[in-house]
Amino acid sequence: MALDAKIPKGEMDKKWTDYKGHVKLVNPANKRKLEVIVVGTGLAGASAAASLGELGYKVKAFCFQDSPRRAHSIAAQGGINAAKNYQNDGDSVFRLFYDTVKGGDYRAREANVHRLAEVSTSIIDQCVAQGVPFAREYGGLLSNRSFGGTQVQRTFYAAGQTGQQLLLGAYSALERQVALGNVKMYSRHEMLDIVKIDGKARGIIARNLVNGKTERHFAHAVLLCSGGYGNVFYLSTNAMGSNVTAAWKAHKKGAFFGNPCFTQIHPTCIPVSGDHQSKLTLMSESLRNDGRIWVPKQKNDNRKPTDIPEEERDYYLERRYPAFGNLVPRDVASRAAKERCDEGYGVGTTKMAVYLDFKDAIMRYGRTEAGKTGIANADENKIFELGKQVVEEKYGNLFEMYEKITGENPYLTPMRIYPAVHYTMGGLWVDYELQTTVPGLYALGEANFSDHGANRLGASALMQGLADGYFVIPYTLGNYLADEIRTSSISTDHDAFIQTEKEVNERLSKLMNIKGKQTVESFHKKLGKIMWDKCGMARNEQGLKQAIDEIRQLKQEFWSDVRIPGEINEFNPELDKAGRVADFIELGELMCLDALDRNESCGGHFREESQTEDGEAKRDDDNFSYVAAWQNNGDSQWTLHKEGLSFEIVKPTQRSYK
Amino acid sequence: MTWKHFFTSSIGRKFIMGFTGIFLILFLIIHAGINSCIFLNDHGVTFNKMAHFMSHNWIMRFLEIGLFAGLIAHIIQGLSLTFQNKKARPVEYYFNQPSKNSKWYSRSMGILGTLLLLFLVMHLSHFYVDTKVALYSGDKPHDLFDEMKEVFSIKWVVILYLVGVVSLFWHLYHGFQSAFQTLGINHKRYTPLIKTIGTVYALIICILFALMPVAIHLQWIN
Amino acid sequence: MEHYNMNLTLKVWRQKNNQSKGKFETYPVNNISSEMSFLEMIDVLNEKLIEEGNEPIAFDHDCREGICGMCSMFINGQAHGPWQQNTTCQLHMRAFKDGDTIVVEPWRSAAFPVVKDLVVDRSSFDRIIQAGGYISVNTGNAVDANAIPIDKKDADDAFMAAACIGCGACVATCKNGSAMLFVGAKVSQLALLPQGAPEKESRVLNMIAQMDKEGFGNCTNTYACEAECPKGISVSNIARLNAEYLKAGLTTEEK
Repeated sequence: MALDAKIPKGEMDKKWTDYKGHVKLVNPANKRKLEVIVVGTGLAGASAAASLGELGYKVKAFCFQDSPRRAHSIAAQGGINAAKNYQNDGDSVFRLFYDTVKGGDYRAREANVHRLAEVSTSIIDQCVAQGVPFAREYGGLLSNRSFGGTQVQRTFYAAGQTGQQLLLGAYSALERQVALGNVKMYSRHEMLDIVKIDGKARGIIARNLVNGKTERHFAHAVLLCSGGYGNVFYLSTNAMGSNVTAAWKAHKKGAFFGNPCFTQIHPTCIPVSGDHQSKLTLMSESLRNDGRIWVPKQKNDNRKPTDIPEEERDYYLERRYPAFGNLVPRDVASRAAKERCDEGYGVGTTKMAVYLDFKDAIMRYGRTEAGKTGIANADENKIFELGKQVVEEKYGNLFEMYEKITGENPYLTPMRIYPAVHYTMGGLWVDYELQTTVPGLYALGEANFSDHGANRLGASALMQGLADGYFVIPYTLGNYLADEIRTSSISTDHDAFIQTEKEVNERLSKLMNIKGKQTVESFHKKLGKIMWDKCGMARNEQGLKQAIDEIRQLKQEFWSDVRIPGEINEFNPELDKAGRVADFIELGELMCLDALDRNESCGGHFREESQTEDGEAKRDDDNFSYVAAWQNNGDSQWTLHKEGLSFEIVKPTQRSYK
Repeated sequence: MTWKHFFTSSIGRKFIMGFTGIFLILFLIIHAGINSCIFLNDHGVTFNKMAHFMSHNWIMRFLEIGLFAGLIAHIIQGLSLTFQNKKARPVEYYFNQPSKNSKWYSRSMGILGTLLLLFLVMHLSHFYVDTKVALYSGDKPHDLFDEMKEVFSIKWVVILYLVGVVSLFWHLYHGFQSAFQTLGINHKRYTPLIKTIGTVYALIICILFALMPVAIHLQWIN
Repeated sequence: MEHYNMNLTLKVWRQKNNQSKGKFETYPVNNISSEMSFLEMIDVLNEKLIEEGNEPIAFDHDCREGICGMCSMFINGQAHGPWQQNTTCQLHMRAFKDGDTIVVEPWRSAAFPVVKDLVVDRSSFDRIIQAGGYISVNTGNAVDANAIPIDKKDADDAFMAAACIGCGACVATCKNGSAMLFVGAKVSQLALLPQGAPEKESRVLNMIAQMDKEGFGNCTNTYACEAECPKGISVSNIARLNAEYLKAGLTTEEK
């Protein structure tokens, strides 16, 4: 099967406009007859469900949490990019497009990225209109900050809670449609399979997580907005419930999986403190605007950070990448931290951490404030106090969070940070219209693979989720549904629904009946360890092959020895988790397979076999300038399809942040 | 929105509490002011004159109806809100530490109010009923000061009055600023001022009221 | 930071489902590190329960970084436990010491029925938002984001109100089970912004009508909600709610 990305013809900056001008439309009377299912209510899902409801489609939205407001988009801290150029610092749609393609290490589809950059400005307008309280300047206009991988200030933010504010905006739009009867909301429901009729996605089987019963839901199209799969690593910054199940079920029903090995390891997270650790907490990348990253110049230096004099500190990012310094993209920063720690320069009890120090920023801001308020010859303490207030206003909630978790005061002693799994660029393969290889099945936001290539720039995930939901899917979905107006609702008594539901229930019973000895959690931990050690920040052929063997073994062990307490037909979080871990195990295998196939280093994917002499990642455009789209052919069986990438505008060069 | 809807909604009922509360706060100023005339120590002459004016002036008697209406509304709303609020938590916590997050008197407005209601029954039967009986039976003018001396000559009555005044203090201490919050006034600059005025008000009113039975009982004034 | 290990006794509310009657169960948990989060301690206990063939304790949790608002435990007599401005998931075990007994209960409110063990149903909050907690703007209708300057103070206040995570600690902690802080925060956020002005009146009236319908109690200004709110939402938002309601209730022409 040849992959057709359906990229519109024409010049790059006209494609989207042209597409919108020629796309098929559905008249309002017909929209009322067309049903759409949205799985997941994060930024992509909530915005899609709300926008489609506004257009008049009959929408059903599903989330596994107790309320759509809890989706993990809520935890995004730093901000959202948009090419507004409010700061007059030379930003433009083109620059955002360029930065994103380059930041993604030339593994993204240009046309998608350009569209993303184009609609970015409308997102900010839309959010402000919804009442999202972005940070503002004293003049009453919006404030911006800079983020890693860029040299302009284009990031809009609401303190360290931007994701929360954007999600609550989308959530309120969604709830408005629920009130108007255009959207029906199913909370505490989990999608457990796609129903296909005549090759098209026609509905889902969902499980009510409160009473455990499965339900059949019909729709003319199904949108998966179910987020990323970082939890395959067990420890990640994802929420405990974040999972791949919806996307994985779709994959097994024929949707290709794109670039599964592209994982983003975020450089600034709070380090692991012990075996009990259940998740990792991110410290927003925006902190790198003001914090300086360093390790001691001496190996195994056990002095307190504040006792280490300036000349004995190695500000290794500033040293290695003078042009971008502490603001290099995430993949570069993460690998540099790993390199230092592996060499024995790490700090803290586990020696797997580096310092993120705000002392200089506090003093710099303090002096400015002292000048502003006319305090002549302020002493060090006064300057520190003034500077601390500025830093507190910018990052107060992050500092508090750090202190709650570690018990240390980051105003006085540098933060300890270490990279952690944060985002997955890979996801279901979609074409320009966000449709997967299954007609009528779409993937939006982090659940698809499309816009970030091999590495996502900071503050771009929120942008993509909302772009897909608010401004892309309302057009592209119509193009498909315009041909579906003659399809009346299919009864959920159709054989396909009965059969799929039966399969879902059989799998649930099978899980319950294993009655083995090991807990679901212990399997998840084991999987996570394999993935982190062998398919994490650095990967090599031998390790990946081993990992595949280990995962296959683990899968067998899981299906013969997992222990799930309780019953099917009741609130049973262990059973929910078991289903998700089972899918993660299968995904883990595919990720390793993909990582093995891609014998180059690009973005977040670092193959030890492919590096320059000074240890930088080395891309191989001749052999790997493609999207790997994997087709599932049954148990551990995959076929690789390649979507070749051609770069019309942004010519690939070896990325350099030096 | 009908008036009924407005005044039966949760916030509408709070408004009733707040409005009548402030009205009663104003009344207490007048009540305490007139009663303080006894401290002139002129054998109650001024005090009786004021009392006579209050009970014979038609404007005052008209306002009195308003006072009772407000008082009854405050009591009925207060009781009904207390019961309704109980229903909002059908299962109580096994272990609760409310002292970690709020002041006891703010949580005890219902109980303090009930104590005040009991006190009020006693208080009205002591002073109000006789005055009214005298007024309508057309007998000679009622000597309220004499009656005070008589009532406060009994020790346990004085103690009950002091209990009533202490309840009143805590009720006012919370109620004063609470009424403003309920009516929508919470301001970085003015709220601290309101709280201070409330405290001073509650202290002055309650000290004055407490001194009356004590001073008469101990015959500091006669 | 010095860390230590501790042995604890946990007294946890167990309730099979909405229909059944619940009761407390007591569990010893040993060798807990002070570096663990409270929920990680529950994880440890749950793993042990499963290994012993018992049912683990059901509890709501998701992001574990204090922002999704899903975790909801009444710990030792306080919503989200002993720390100020903190969620259950961010509570760490260094808040306790060796030998402590910890009582854990679900949120108790008529409007938050228990689903299982420590899990409650907070969909009443969603229904209150549905009644008007939004600005009616369809996608694509917006003017340029900088077309309307907003006083920084108003924008900041709106943000501070919007920081609400909808966890329900205010209801859980209020002696009256009142949801006024939750509703006040949303009404305030939208009332402070010019974008929210056109629907100001209907919003506050409808949201309060829904709040009353859900069976929440009434605010008596104890301010316990503010003290326990993990995001420190100010009760000044309740005052603003009252003022908005007063204005809307007295001026609206709709019956």
